[in-house]
Amino acid sequence: MKLLKSLALSTAVAATLLAAPAMAQERIALVVKTLGNGFFDAAAKGAEEAAAEIGGIEVIYTGPTSATAEGQIEIVNSLIAQNVDAIAISANDPDALVPALKKAMQRGIKVLSWDSGVAAEGRQLHLNPSDTDLIGETIIKLAADYLPDGGDVAILSASSTATNQNAWIDAAKKVMPEKFPNINLVSVVYGDDDSVKSTNEAKGLIASYPDLDAIIAPTTVGVVAAAQVVTDEDLIGKINVTGLALPSEFKQFIDNGASQAVALWNPIDLGYSAVQLAHQLIEGKEAAPGATFSIGKVGEITLDDTNSAAMAAPFQFDKSNIEEFSKIY
Amino acid sequence: MTDVTPEARHIPDRLDSPLRAAILSWPALLLVVAVGLFVANSFLSPYFLSPWSLSDATFNFTEKAIIALAMALLIISGEIDLSVAAIIALASTMMGLALQFGVGTPGLVVIGILTGLFCGMFNGFLVTRLGLPSIVVTIGTMSFFRGISFIVLGDQAFKGYPPAFGFFGQGYVWWVVSFEFVLFLVCAVLFYVLLHRTNFGRHVFVIGNNPMAARFSGVRVERVKFILFCLTGLMSGIAAVLLTSRLASTRPSIALGWELEVVTMVVLGGVSILGGSGSIPGVVIAAFIMGLVTFGLGLLNVPGIVMSIFIGALLIFVIALPIVFRMIRERRA
Repeated sequence: MKLLKSLALSTAVAATLLAAPAMAQERIALVVKTLGNGFFDAAAKGAEEAAAEIGGIEVIYTGPTSATAEGQIEIVNSLIAQNVDAIAISANDPDALVPALKKAMQRGIKVLSWDSGVAAEGRQLHLNPSDTDLIGETIIKLAADYLPDGGDVAILSASSTATNQNAWIDAAKKVMPEKFPNINLVSVVYGDDDSVKSTNEAKGLIASYPDLDAIIAPTTVGVVAAAQVVTDEDLIGKINVTGLALPSEFKQFIDNGASQAVALWNPIDLGYSAVQLAHQLIEGKEAAPGATFSIGKVGEITLDDTNSAAMAAPFQFDKSNIEEFSKIY
Repeated sequence: MTDVTPEARHIPDRLDSPLRAAILSWPALLLVVAVGLFVANSFLSPYFLSPWSLSDATFNFTEKAIIALAMALLIISGEIDLSVAAIIALASTMMGLALQFGVGTPGLVVIGILTGLFCGMFNGFLVTRLGLPSIVVTIGTMSFFRGISFIVLGDQAFKGYPPAFGFFGQGYVWWVVSFEFVLFLVCAVLFYVLLHRTNFGRHVFVIGNNPMAARFSGVRVERVKFILFCLTGLMSGIAAVLLTSRLASTRPSIALGWELEVVTMVVLGGVSILGGSGSIPGVVIAAFIMGLVTFGLGLLNVPGIVMSIFIGALLIFVIALPIVFRMIRERRA
């Protein structure tokens, strides 16, 4: 009996410490790839923001300890049992979660995926952080904003076979003649997302193109390597490094001037938008190709043929906000 | 001279009465914990006591528990198989490959189970014929089996399993009673009979207690161990069929890290990690306890990190309890 009591007691203590706050009319579960990740903690912060803005919403922020599909399925099962109103998930596997999420939908739960998607039959809609064209345009704009008279830029990519990288670079090339006519792309090199190779490629670019004004690296590894080279070779102010970077990794190069600005998806806006969308699904809005949803302060999205949509252009980090975001992710 | 007849001395053949032994036994203790958790869960979450919730909860542990049954025998015999999760990955990959060649549902099931069996035979061969320590062998095959899956699949996935195949991991036999759960109960009975009611089962205990004595008593130690590895592989193959069916897809990262959860179940079930003792009822109840804890905490939306702390604490608590009891008893005596 003592054992039973102590067990019940410890579970009860755990429950009161961790259980959700007072009951709300709508319960939206924000399921992430893994807990203890700054990116997703920031998304949860955004989700709470949206919940407070709409009112009457309880956000259940949850995820497995390790990033596995099986762990997320266990969580989805327990959310089905709790009969939550909506599940917004960043999936560890686009296919393995489909049966579990289908079951959730059969029991009347609204399901949407965000960040990392689920195959179309396993969700009602999917929210991408951004899309190829927006990213392509943003990486050129990041360099062009600080080159009012135009100039030479080079791209330091990851591997030459990386599908997403190539799509972004193609999109960038497509947008240049029209929107940035005085920017001249001199070369594209590949650092394979390896620090040493990226460093060598960056050095090579600087040696080959003495008039280079900016290096654009749409990879978090490459951008740090390039900024380090510019810092080490005393080229701060002459060559501006930009691209897609994690604020926490990149803060020092904004601070020392090797870079004016970089960009990446904003997790706070992602979590915020996911809750906005879930709320509209709960209220009965149909997710169908062509449907337009408002995502509050972030703007609005229109669903494509696969019921997915892009949230916004990558979010820009510069001297004014890098301090704040470097603490988040 | 007088005859001195020595007084007849009574030598007990067991220390406790059978009833007392049963009450103080490991499965009984676990049963109390399980019932306690069940009651606690019912009070803590209004969603717990619903037939569908409880049915959903069983899916979280049945596949692991099916492997744990065979793993229990293997650990009792003094060996271990850490490659079980990798066997699931390889068996699932083979099923996915077969699917690409248009193999139907019965063929897929046979291929999954046979792949598991072959992996088990491979482990068994390395351990019993070459005399290598099983922990080293199976750490090796753990990378080896999953490595093959990674080579075949890379970052791709096999999907498009036929709808009929979905029955094994998602289907229900009757109302809320899933096929997986029924299969687990049937396997549990079979393994109970095998371990506790047959000569083979006695051999397993003898080997675990003293392999040398077992050998001198005429027990074919190598053959028994080989069969146990095959059984573990076979059960992993069955688990692979169930899990692949439940996920309706195959990725090389499938069932990642399950070997430790299976071993945790077995140890929590009262099987000595050093071999020689343990029981199937204990393992079955331990499986339910793991399921109750994770599902119960899940219903309260306790983060996974806290959940693993809880399971770790439960494991230490349940393992330490009888030892502490014994210490108190000895001090009193």
